[in-house]
Amino acid sequence: MSRARPSTSDSPPPAGRPSTAGARVEGITKRFGAVQALNDVTLDLPGGSVTALMGENGAGKSTLLKILTGDHRPTRGRVLLDGRPVDLRSPADARAAGIRIIPQEPEIVPHVPVAENVYTGSLPRRAGRRLDRAELRRRITADLDRLGFADVLEPDLLGSQLTAAQRQLVEIMRALTGGNAARVIAFDEPTSSLSEHEVDALFALIDRLRDQGVAVVYVSHRMQEILRLADRIAVLRDGALVGVRDARTTTEDDLVRLMVGRDLSTMFVRRPVVGDRVVLDVRGLTTDRVRGIDLRIHAGEVVGLAGLIGAGRSELALALAGDLPVRSGSVTLDGRPLPSGNPGAVIRAGLGLAPEERKAQALFLHRTIRDNTSIAVLERLRRFRFVKRGAERDLAQEYIDRLRVRTPSIEHEVRTLSGGNQQKVVLARWLARKPKLLILDEPTRGIDVGAKAEIYRIIADLAEQGVALLVISSELPELLGLADRIVVMQNGRTTGELNRTEATEEAVLALAMADDISTSASGAAS
Amino acid sequence: MTTAATPPAVPNDGGRRRPAARIPVLGAVGGQNLGLIGALVAVLTVFGLLNDNYLSLTNMQVIAEAATITGLLAVVQTVVIICGGLDISVGSQAGVASVVSAMAFTSAGSNAFAGMAAAVAVGLLIGLLNGAIIVYGRVNPTIATLAGLAAYKGLAQLLSDGRAQGYVLNDAVFVFLGRGRIAGLPVMVWILIVVAVAVHVLLTRTDIGRNIYAVGGNDTAARLAGININKYLVAVYALVGAVAAVAGILLTARTGSGQPTSGSEGLELKAITASALGGCALRGGKGTIGGTLLAVALLGALDNGLTVQGINSFWQNVAQGTLLVVAVVVQQRRTGERAVGLPA
Repeated sequence: MSRARPSTSDSPPPAGRPSTAGARVEGITKRFGAVQALNDVTLDLPGGSVTALMGENGAGKSTLLKILTGDHRPTRGRVLLDGRPVDLRSPADARAAGIRIIPQEPEIVPHVPVAENVYTGSLPRRAGRRLDRAELRRRITADLDRLGFADVLEPDLLGSQLTAAQRQLVEIMRALTGGNAARVIAFDEPTSSLSEHEVDALFALIDRLRDQGVAVVYVSHRMQEILRLADRIAVLRDGALVGVRDARTTTEDDLVRLMVGRDLSTMFVRRPVVGDRVVLDVRGLTTDRVRGIDLRIHAGEVVGLAGLIGAGRSELALALAGDLPVRSGSVTLDGRPLPSGNPGAVIRAGLGLAPEERKAQALFLHRTIRDNTSIAVLERLRRFRFVKRGAERDLAQEYIDRLRVRTPSIEHEVRTLSGGNQQKVVLARWLARKPKLLILDEPTRGIDVGAKAEIYRIIADLAEQGVALLVISSELPELLGLADRIVVMQNGRTTGELNRTEATEEAVLALAMADDISTSASGAAS
Repeated sequence: MTTAATPPAVPNDGGRRRPAARIPVLGAVGGQNLGLIGALVAVLTVFGLLNDNYLSLTNMQVIAEAATITGLLAVVQTVVIICGGLDISVGSQAGVASVVSAMAFTSAGSNAFAGMAAAVAVGLLIGLLNGAIIVYGRVNPTIATLAGLAAYKGLAQLLSDGRAQGYVLNDAVFVFLGRGRIAGLPVMVWILIVVAVAVHVLLTRTDIGRNIYAVGGNDTAARLAGININKYLVAVYALVGAVAAVAGILLTARTGSGQPTSGSEGLELKAITASALGGCALRGGKGTIGGTLLAVALLGALDNGLTVQGINSFWQNVAQGTLLVVAVVVQQRRTGERAVGLPA
């Protein structure tokens, strides 16, 4: 991780470059309902320079990117390109203006070669719509040479044969070829799926983009990477820009202070202390994957379940929901024994589970939002066996409104919704059921900060109404912010419990990995 | 090489999927039904021009009567497919029911109701057996009912010794079922209408129907939403057995005796073709009775047209096989299935 890079030695410092070219966001504010995702952010993204965006999860980085790319419209403020305001109403507008984002998972057509993937939509043709292979070959060879990808991207490879890095290269080529070459290119955590070798190739490319005068925006959590690559580092916290640093003079400590020097995120709602009525009482629960689990959750309490992937958290949730067989142990819900091995009976007893994989385990993607919302409460909405359709519509509409699902109508198919809104439909299903205990497994995975904040609010509301909640999450800041108490699992067992004042990321991680360390130590000793 | 042959498909695909995503249920289902209506009108026009008698009221009734038994089986096939299953033993089930109805009728001293009750009871049992083999034996539905296709046909032949059984057209009830009319329409067609409307209402208006779509659409999600999916699958196969028995009874009433194989062989292909043409997604969760009935009408009109034109009946088989494949290919294209390896 040397700070030397090919271009630094022979290129002037960023400050010396012309600064009128590039993009600028000015006074950008973005609200999602009551949640303020961005607050009056003004930031220059000069051409020929790499600006890194840093901040914790939920700080507003992806919201800012989405405003740049036309996915969101700002509540207030404007975007300027080369000093002129541009109106970005849609991603197509942004692309036309020359602003491109390279997503972590670019859309690649699997069964066509690289060349056709790059020029999708503007393939060279001969008469009768036949592909002009010679011209395609000429173009891709020229562009690969020009961009310096000739040795890393073979034009005849099929989309399905590409590595993660090569998929990003294809997306970058899309941005840099064709009629309106990109002026601003944003990378959203590009290295999270790349090998070290691929990272080097990507960085070389980004250096080249900078030399060509492109304004590069680089979002990442990786400090070393950013210090090595960026010219300027902008830090967001709770939707506000808290500082811009010169990458050559700042330090890691300085950046960390900027990012976290504050109370827990305001996205989390503080609630009064919980009641002492025990809703869920688990004693010695043992299944194929979890052993001897003891767990109590009170009315109005949010218990966080932390642990590494594979620790058995989701298996515990599925066992409680009646979907995995229980070997031994007892579970009572509101003082009554909870049936096992029968999800329907568990639901009727008052337990709801929003599972980890919402598309695979919860949603009926080709059915309407109304259907998806009412499916677990149909038995309360029927006369004889006929569904009372008016009552069903009213109920679905009520929860869709209350959870602010963004959709023109509850008659749309669920697959048309964004991830965050799909998750809200899953929550609507369980809220409509009015459970005593709600288990949420990774409730905010893969959804944007606006939707996350709304889901945090829903969780707080439910707790206030006396619902007991068990939240499983791999995002520690989220668990620390939400939970009254955190139970940590490791390798199928609970390894500890932390209350709000004891819980820190370090303390949780220590418990989550405690066993690993001891087993590997003993393994090494033997 | 295949990929190289179709480069323009890339932008086309992208453009086609977008609007479809914006238009919900009505767009997709309505589109399919409009296509079927178009095809039906085309078939009627072509054969109407070729043959003056084709569009006559008498011939329309012939088409309707001939399509009734297929229609009944297609309606329940639709339910099974929506539920994520398949039943290729429906024709054999109808054969067993036909034989049982005639034999029970005879041995109960020409009691039509005894004959029908016995047939329906046997149908229910066969359906329950299919469901139990699939759900509790963990046998893939295609394999389980393929076995049923052979076994139930053999059962019908064993029961009947391979011959037509009994004679029922001396009984007023069977004559009424096979030849009677109500308000100008054949009784058989009325029976199809009643069954189709009942199943349609079941699917669209009751929680049972919602749950059937849910089980076929995503069985894991259905289970976690509290639906007892085993119960639903077994019940759906039992429903198929019962309705296949009704089809078998009608077969007996129409031909005058219990038929182990003639008249029921090959009906599974027609029923599945009609469901697929009618818009059922073969992976489950999607399909409508309306679409299936339109497809039944289309198949019936085509069959009859080919017969009226004196075209070798072997061609009818070719036409039917072609239609089934075309229907499924069209569907897979719509869902954007990746052309890699075996299809889902």
